[in-house]
Amino acid sequence: MGEQILLRARGVRKSFGALEVLKGIDLEVRQGQVVSLIGASGSGKTTFLRCVNMLEEHDNGDILLDGEPIGYRMEGARRRRLSEARVSAQRARLGMVFQSFNLFPHLTAEENVTLGLTKVLGKTRAEARDIAGHWLGKVGLEARRKHYPYQLSGGQQQRVAIARAVAMEPRLLLFDEVTSALDPELVAEVLGVMKDLAETGMTMLVVSHEMLFVREVSHHVVFMDQGKVAQAGSPSEVFDRPDSERLQKFLGRFHGIFSGGG
Amino acid sequence: MGFTIPGTFGFELWQARYSLLRGISTTLFASGLTIVLATLLGILVGTVLAYGWWPLRLLARAYVDILRGIPVLVLILFTYYGLALFGINVPAFWAGVIALSAFATAHVAENLRGAVQSVPTGQMEAAKAIGLRFPQRLRYVILPQAIRRMLPPWVNTGLEVVKGTTLLSVIGVVELLLSTQQIVARNYMIIDFYLVAGLLYLIINFSIAQLGAALERRFSYLRY
Repeated sequence: MGEQILLRARGVRKSFGALEVLKGIDLEVRQGQVVSLIGASGSGKTTFLRCVNMLEEHDNGDILLDGEPIGYRMEGARRRRLSEARVSAQRARLGMVFQSFNLFPHLTAEENVTLGLTKVLGKTRAEARDIAGHWLGKVGLEARRKHYPYQLSGGQQQRVAIARAVAMEPRLLLFDEVTSALDPELVAEVLGVMKDLAETGMTMLVVSHEMLFVREVSHHVVFMDQGKVAQAGSPSEVFDRPDSERLQKFLGRFHGIFSGGG
Repeated sequence: MGFTIPGTFGFELWQARYSLLRGISTTLFASGLTIVLATLLGILVGTVLAYGWWPLRLLARAYVDILRGIPVLVLILFTYYGLALFGINVPAFWAGVIALSAFATAHVAENLRGAVQSVPTGQMEAAKAIGLRFPQRLRYVILPQAIRRMLPPWVNTGLEVVKGTTLLSVIGVVELLLSTQQIVARNYMIIDFYLVAGLLYLIINFSIAQLGAALERRFSYLRY
């Protein structure tokens, strides 16, 4: 499959103090693909995702978006950190959905979506409202566009957060355990929206513990363990033929969902 | 009713009406000006305290700590007499407003810093994630939330400012307290007129507190 490589990570390392959380991550996301990161908590999945969006700064290695390094540029052999404005411009090409929704509580659902459209992309208010209406409709919340976040359920808030991210037409959407803070009965509505997005060809990098969803939607699954990529491949390779004991053990925790591993 | 008999409270109150009115308007004008100035400057200094480049932050920190540690009366006397020594002559009213504003700015700044830091970190991250630049993140995401969280202590500062204007009487600004003193000096009705002044201050401050409570109710939707 010849789709172009949209995101490429090479040897990404990151430490918090003495603790090395990422020990050299290599990873590729091709245009239109859904790539999922799985692994136990503490394996570095979320940290890697946050490095992609410059919410954390990686210490070593490269993260390239459309071939352009994220967060710095090269001056000869030296790395120079990009200015705040340049980093912001890079972030505008990436969308992110958070575990804890992080909707702006002082803005309505619609205003949450239009803020970036008007202030970052320079759309007029009318254009922004149309776009927000379109995406709030896609996530099934057009009737709630005048509601404030506290008037929405967790699942609805997360769908607004997805609309806010996708309305910016990012090159790549990052999902950081977006269903982990939800009541079980609200998980399906959010996964449904993500599945719809995947089907429209949106490129997505997903950290998730929803193994059935990961298996069904992903083109590529990456199992991370102790700050490294331990195994990567198609969903069937990873789920049905886990080669390491650790992956078998990890999958075994989702007992009864998969025959393999147990 | 006794409005025509000198020496009765009603008569003296009627006689003093213009003095009292002038006193009240001076008090209100000085308070209002101070609150507006201190709010604007306080938001600025508070933002520096929370996010400033470190030398600026240190400067802001020093300002806040020094200004909070000095009695307001000392500030007022310094602005009026102290600056005159350097050849800077500030009219008493403005010296008072400057000193009170400098004091209240420190309080607003510290309150704003606290409010900014109590906004969940996820808010800044979400604002980053949609590509907003730093000034935009402050203006559209962080400050609107922080300012609403700052309301209760802000009302408090407002009350302190109104009460603080009484100190301007020391440098000869005829605000409500000094005009009351002047009235009392004419008619010797000490208890009656200080009660009137006290009541008027109470009415002003009660109104400010009510306004604050109304604003808080207005922003009650700000929940996480």
